[in-house]
Amino acid sequence: MLCPDSKFYIFVDGNFAINLNHYNIMALIRKIFNFYVTGFKEMTIGKTLWILILVKLFIIFFILKLFFFPNFLNNKFSTDEDRSSYVRHELINE
Amino acid sequence: MNDLFSVVDWSRAQFALTAMYHWLFVPLTLGLSVIVSIMETIYYRTGNEKWLKITKFWMTLFGINFAVGVATGIILEFEFGTNWSNYSWFVGDIFGAPLAIEGLLAFFMEATFIAVMFFGWGKVSKGFHLASCWLTALGTTISAFWILVANSWMQYPVGMEFDPAQMRNVMQSFSEVAFNQVVINKFLHTVMSGWTLSALFVIGVSGWLLMKKRNNGMAILSIKVAVWFGIVGMLATMGFGDGSAKVVAKVQPMKLAAMEGLYDGGNGVEIVGFGVLNPDKNVNTPEADDFLFKIAIPKGLSFLATGDFDGYVPGINDLINGTSGSQSYQERIICGKMAHEALRQYDAGYAANDTALMARAKNVLDDNFSNFGYGYFDKPEEVVPNVPITFYAFHLMVLIGGYLLAFLFVVAFLVYRTEIMQKSRILQWLAIAGIPLVWICSECGWITAEVGRQPWIIEGLMPTRAAVSAISSGSVQFTFWLFAFIFTSLLIAEISIMLRYIHKKSLIDIVNQ
Repeated sequence: MLCPDSKFYIFVDGNFAINLNHYNIMALIRKIFNFYVTGFKEMTIGKTLWILILVKLFIIFFILKLFFFPNFLNNKFSTDEDRSSYVRHELINE
Repeated sequence: MNDLFSVVDWSRAQFALTAMYHWLFVPLTLGLSVIVSIMETIYYRTGNEKWLKITKFWMTLFGINFAVGVATGIILEFEFGTNWSNYSWFVGDIFGAPLAIEGLLAFFMEATFIAVMFFGWGKVSKGFHLASCWLTALGTTISAFWILVANSWMQYPVGMEFDPAQMRNVMQSFSEVAFNQVVINKFLHTVMSGWTLSALFVIGVSGWLLMKKRNNGMAILSIKVAVWFGIVGMLATMGFGDGSAKVVAKVQPMKLAAMEGLYDGGNGVEIVGFGVLNPDKNVNTPEADDFLFKIAIPKGLSFLATGDFDGYVPGINDLINGTSGSQSYQERIICGKMAHEALRQYDAGYAANDTALMARAKNVLDDNFSNFGYGYFDKPEEVVPNVPITFYAFHLMVLIGGYLLAFLFVVAFLVYRTEIMQKSRILQWLAIAGIPLVWICSECGWITAEVGRQPWIIEGLMPTRAAVSAISSGSVQFTFWLFAFIFTSLLIAEISIMLRYIHKKSLIDIVNQ
């Protein structure tokens, strides 16, 4: 929560429990960043897995989604009214 | 029309392929996350380092499965937008809301704490690490809940009102959508089956270690945890499966009839434990026997479906003819066609801005909306699912499940007689065989649930054939084979990475290194 004195506070049971000033926030972000960096560095089998995950996500989101799985109704119509009307005719005339 | 049927067939095949591959990864994530958390809890409470090593071994296997399986389900959502656009629009926010909650809450919870699980050793306190493990397990379970809410609505559409202006079902009661009897049973049955599957995975891998006489101590300890977890999981799976069957008897009686190959029901109906269906039997051959061979328990189905040995269970013909006291399918088809005509009238009123016509049409539509989907059919027999697939999938699931429960009890008895467990090659082979068997069992459960629901994509409201987009079958066919290739590659990658890891680790003394 941002208070008027521009410091971040974390509340516990309605009381100010921790007061995070700019220095503390940067330290916290650095700590979290280092946590991940060290974690990645220390991985053994995990590196293979991360490569697998990244390749998979690339295929899913940048190849499959973009080129093979466009949203049919969104691509065809620009308004919800047109989409509704189209689906109504599709379902009536199926 | 031929092209349209091809689109339906290919879209169904593609969805089935994607869902079945996705389901290879999910149950192991659901159960192994809990097993790992239990093991780490033992370490936390005892401080015994060997439990730390054991936890890390299984946690890595959990990580491999999670990494390979993650985001495979998102492809199902792509398919909804591309191949099933009529359905996607028609379900409106009912389908979108649970999936959005799943994505925002559960998945991010899972993703956050899984990082602490794997990167947090020695960097966060023991208690925080343990809490992260349990929160990851909780995240996966909550994730499953919201997905199953969406699936259950397709089996039992409640808590909404259809708005013909928007052509969407609008949610009226979130609690009815999210916490109805179908959801609760399906969720618990599914999650518990994941527990069982993971327990048998741990027992299978441990069985292999015992067979190779490597890390025997770790294998026995792992089995001790997994076997009780598996027994609890299997008993709960069966209990909630029974609950599911009772609910199916009420809300999807045609599915139950197909599961049992029951054409003519009645009071005190037997349950078929094992049987071979007569291939010549269908709704148009009433004189043919239902089975070529069967082993049945008298009055069993009546008891399981209604809690009364003489309870009434309708068969396929009873449901079609309305002799079960419900509307006959011919009547439903007439009501469905009235609903379609009312929608046409509504559309005409909408185009002419004739609010009186729209209001009259809406009243007729509301009165007949529960049978809206039947309006797409001309003959009652078209509304019968594929009986052989539903019957055999269901019975295979039950038979394998029964065998695996017996196996778990044998293992629970023998695991404390360590010498037998270490020497019995048969037991070790059976443990390894349990891995593919439990996956087959799990997939059969989904085949029963989904094939038994046909021809509906939304029970009673929308048949599968009305749900597809007007796209070419060639494009769906192409992506079907593309998925077949991608998913098979992922499966091969998972199995090979796991096998390499298990083999490599088996060569060292894991707990004493």
